[in-house]
Amino acid sequence: MNIAICLKQVPGTTAVKIDPQTNTLVRQGIESVMNPFDAYALEEGVRLREKQGGRVTAITMGPPQAEAMLRQAISLGADDAILLSDRAFAGADTLATAYTLAAAIRKLGQCDLVICGRQTIDGDTGQVGPEMAEMLDLPFVSYVSRIEEIAGGHMRAQRMIEEGHESVEMPLPAVITVTKEINTPRLPSLRGIARSKSAQVPVWTAQELGVDTGKVGLAGSATRVVKIFFPQRERKGEVLQGEAEAQVECLLGKLKSGGLI
Amino acid sequence: MTIRIDTGKCDGCGSCVPACPFGLLEVIADKARVEEGCTLCGACEAVCPSSAISSEEIVQAAPASDEHRGVWVFAEQHGGRVKAVSYELLSKGRELADALGTELGAVCFGHNVADTDQLIACGADRVYLVDTPELADNQDELYARQLAELIERHKPEMVIAGATALGRSFFPRVAAMLKTGLTADCTGLDIDIENRLLLQTRPTFGGNVMATIVCQARRPQMATVRPRVFKKSLSNGRQGQIIKVDFERERITSRTKLLGFVEALGEKVKLEDADIIVSGGRGLGKPENFKLLEELAGALGAAVGSSRVPVDEGWIPYAHQVGQTGKTVCPKLYIACGISGAVQHLAGMQTSDVIVAINNDPSAPIFEVATYGIIGDLFQVVPVMIDKLKRE
Repeated sequence: MNIAICLKQVPGTTAVKIDPQTNTLVRQGIESVMNPFDAYALEEGVRLREKQGGRVTAITMGPPQAEAMLRQAISLGADDAILLSDRAFAGADTLATAYTLAAAIRKLGQCDLVICGRQTIDGDTGQVGPEMAEMLDLPFVSYVSRIEEIAGGHMRAQRMIEEGHESVEMPLPAVITVTKEINTPRLPSLRGIARSKSAQVPVWTAQELGVDTGKVGLAGSATRVVKIFFPQRERKGEVLQGEAEAQVECLLGKLKSGGLI
Repeated sequence: MTIRIDTGKCDGCGSCVPACPFGLLEVIADKARVEEGCTLCGACEAVCPSSAISSEEIVQAAPASDEHRGVWVFAEQHGGRVKAVSYELLSKGRELADALGTELGAVCFGHNVADTDQLIACGADRVYLVDTPELADNQDELYARQLAELIERHKPEMVIAGATALGRSFFPRVAAMLKTGLTADCTGLDIDIENRLLLQTRPTFGGNVMATIVCQARRPQMATVRPRVFKKSLSNGRQGQIIKVDFERERITSRTKLLGFVEALGEKVKLEDADIIVSGGRGLGKPENFKLLEELAGALGAAVGSSRVPVDEGWIPYAHQVGQTGKTVCPKLYIACGISGAVQHLAGMQTSDVIVAINNDPSAPIFEVATYGIIGDLFQVVPVMIDKLKRE
């Protein structure tokens, strides 16, 4: 079973702080990390390969630095890694990103399953997986919390929705996005670390992918960011004083007079 | 693809450096330079005193076609009942349609959906209803194909859906079919009337940054919108039309098959519908301590929520998680106990009417959004609350 994992390198979000003086994101000292949700996608792919055989290929679209994350993916069990990197890919929205990743998966060929994390922690859209599924004309299931069975060219999976769990079946090849409930990612193995250092990570450019440059990067994006601002927290709170007894007394009084309880 | 800095004009003053919301600019050898990752937001262009920065548009967006008119809301249902988010979107959709002087359509897929009249009462001029057993349950592929067909036939200029599990799964598929733009998880929608553009504002970077996004040249403009952002508005006298659309089962098919559904158990009060929520975080320390919150919730008739840590630690099921990757709630009263208030958590609850924060760390960010703050040990404060409430 050949599995492709789509990963993204993102700023470690807890480290994203705002400089109170300039009101901008402080980037100094922020390391780039593998999108946390993608680690679950990778782990699930590696587990499936351990059971079913085949190869796990980690794919990312990003700047040259993203190679470090792909090497990390190899240390965590991926067999191969491919970096999609080209100035022409920069500024891509989800539509252009999905188009580029879909082209890479087509070029890769022989792929039974594509796994993505449910969303990234920087963009937070969760759109690339389903958009890519449509472009590859493959069935798709989002928010997969458990793969129940893979047999006879079909997969049965459990999907989380607001009201509970759905059990869904579909033929392979297919695209899924996974939640963090699906597994607990492993730590890199010593053998993996050794492999990650020596492995070749090929870089595919727009030309090598054979993509229409009008459909990648900013040029291929349907949406455009026109304004960026920082949310203002306007609420002026009141801190209730005294010991627990007095604080609670005061709070309940306020809640009652507000008709809340 | 980036901004252009004219090194002839740039005198290295550095005014642009703090203006970049992503910190991508630096001054090296008296000239500004931009690192990779620029989104062309234009913030630096606006502050450059020497007019050295220009954000050249790579593709001059062709004006969108005039044939697309009308605002559509995808009205999601579950088990034959229209979801609350559908009504919220209709209320906003009505505003958008009125601003543009156009009609508001609602699209509803399901079987024996009980309250389609309500879609009109809540703002729709027309309801496109596909009522068939095949669409009774949420099925991404069927829904996507059916909606894409209706959009191609009727050509609305904007289509919005709730940012629910379904909306966030099948809307991207529709956008990819129509090769148009889609903005995820919006918390604000506005109109540029002159250009008939939907201004879509959404949180990114876990809620640290807000971005306003447009889809200039392609139609329809599509967005998913977070539940509980807009308020439902009902006017019973409204007139509208329900248009029944035949489902073409030979043509619209799905490869994914829904085998079953198991409702999440263990919720006495549904989090999304609760007027009062008592929520616990890392400060609870161990799973047994949720009993204390359950007791408080019982005394208040409240539902129990959680921040991410207790869910990650396995203290309480995921169904209770409030925040960016959990539920968005907007109760009348939200009581946060031992929750520090990471932006991801705030994103799911900060629109609550009244927020009470109980935390022993006075610098916890939860106090920034709290209406009433109690700086103290929750294990002292909460028992006193329970005691007083029970005695009344």
